[in-house]
Amino acid sequence: MGRSPGWEEVKQAFLSRDQLEKSFPDILAAFWTNVKIFLVAEVFILVLALGIAILRSLPGPVFFPLRALAVVYIDLFRGIPTILVIYILGFGVPALQLSGVPTDPIFWGTVSLVLVYSAYVSEVYRAGIESVHPSQSAAARSLGLTYGQTLRFVVVPQAVRRVIPPLLNDFIGLQKDTALVALLGVVEAFRQSQIEVSATFNYTPYLATAVLFVLLTIPLARFTDWLVARDKRRHLAGGLR
Amino acid sequence: MSTNEPALVIEELRKSFGKLEVLRGIDLELAEHEVVCLIGASGSGKSTLLRCINLLEWIDAGRIILRGEDITTSGVDVNRVRRGIGIVFQAFNLFPHMSVLENITLGPRKALRLAKPEAEARATELLDRFGLADKRGEYPDRLSGGQQQRVAIVRALAMQPGLLLLDEVTSALDPELVAEVLEVIRELAAEGMTMLIATHEMSFARDVAHRVCFLDEGVILEQGTPAQIFGVPHEPRTQQFLQRIVDAGRL
Repeated sequence: MGRSPGWEEVKQAFLSRDQLEKSFPDILAAFWTNVKIFLVAEVFILVLALGIAILRSLPGPVFFPLRALAVVYIDLFRGIPTILVIYILGFGVPALQLSGVPTDPIFWGTVSLVLVYSAYVSEVYRAGIESVHPSQSAAARSLGLTYGQTLRFVVVPQAVRRVIPPLLNDFIGLQKDTALVALLGVVEAFRQSQIEVSATFNYTPYLATAVLFVLLTIPLARFTDWLVARDKRRHLAGGLR
Repeated sequence: MSTNEPALVIEELRKSFGKLEVLRGIDLELAEHEVVCLIGASGSGKSTLLRCINLLEWIDAGRIILRGEDITTSGVDVNRVRRGIGIVFQAFNLFPHMSVLENITLGPRKALRLAKPEAEARATELLDRFGLADKRGEYPDRLSGGQQQRVAIVRALAMQPGLLLLDEVTSALDPELVAEVLEVIRELAAEGMTMLIATHEMSFARDVAHRVCFLDEGVILEQGTPAQIFGVPHEPRTQQFLQRIVDAGRL
């Protein structure tokens, strides 16, 4: 790479130490917006998605309407490109000029991400719930626990443990997609780097932003690994690993 | 309640899975403190019968009457009924994410609404009695099969059920672990626990049962005292079944 004919120019345009020092504080400050959107969205996604997954796995013909509702929700929000959901909610709802309804683009950007990612995550949860053997429910119900208690104390705790790795996948996706909220005019890390770039025609700020996203992901990935390993250690006999 | 009212009465019980009729008219009575063993080939309906009694399966026809109450009419509170009937499964079905103590206290705490200290005291007492006191903090996967099954029995007993259903509880165990589980059941029988036991352990059935029922193709083909069933079986099918067991060296 160092010997390629364009290397000197690329080095100038993407790896300028000067530019990095100048733009980094502003990008870092803007990145805090990404982190906040991510953290708030994540909490709501975890709860909403679990609710949808539970609705979708309710048994019996009585609950058909609720199951159908969950399926429609998932089909809809998994089907529409995230970018369109952000546009439609972020520009559409404030334009209605309803009193009492927030017009803050960060709010609607976050809502969009919650709606889209809940659809994905609910399917991850559902896979987990369905992977818990029916004999576990039978054992819980045979003790006189209700359907709800069985879910809460027996099925969901086992389901969640099993789907932690795929859940992490979706959360890393979510972290990165917080950059899409920039489309509504929110100045987050990506938008901030864009501003810097267009002022100087130097692309170093983009690279700085990329590094920030990676740095946010790595601790989360290691934390997940640790969580899974701890669980294994606790439950399995020593030799089995 | 009069003392000679049966603990359990099953009348004309039928159950199908799709086109397959697994139970084709079961009639059975259990007196208080009686131990009845169900024997029969795999697929004869033993497990299904036990699951029906615990209302884990809906029945298609017939009635199940537990201490005078029809538990198969519509509108019956299944959770309340199940609290009074313990069941132990072939594959233990312990909750792998909970410690032994948590497994045992879950039912008493959530279904019986016992306070945590009370539930734990009850569990500890039972664990002590069955030689599992040092296992209370362990997770099920760290226990041997025999220990797991004893924990499962303790879990059922912690609900203080009036009827205990045992569904081939030693079939998943290594031969050397069978004895410790059977010992527990023997002890319960000696204490007067009313039990319905599906089993392949014929010598155990002969020792512990007051009455043995031979299930064949969804009906109770023959029943009587262990001496009658194992000594002088009437029905050709019963004779055939027992002969196979003898040939396999299991009686």
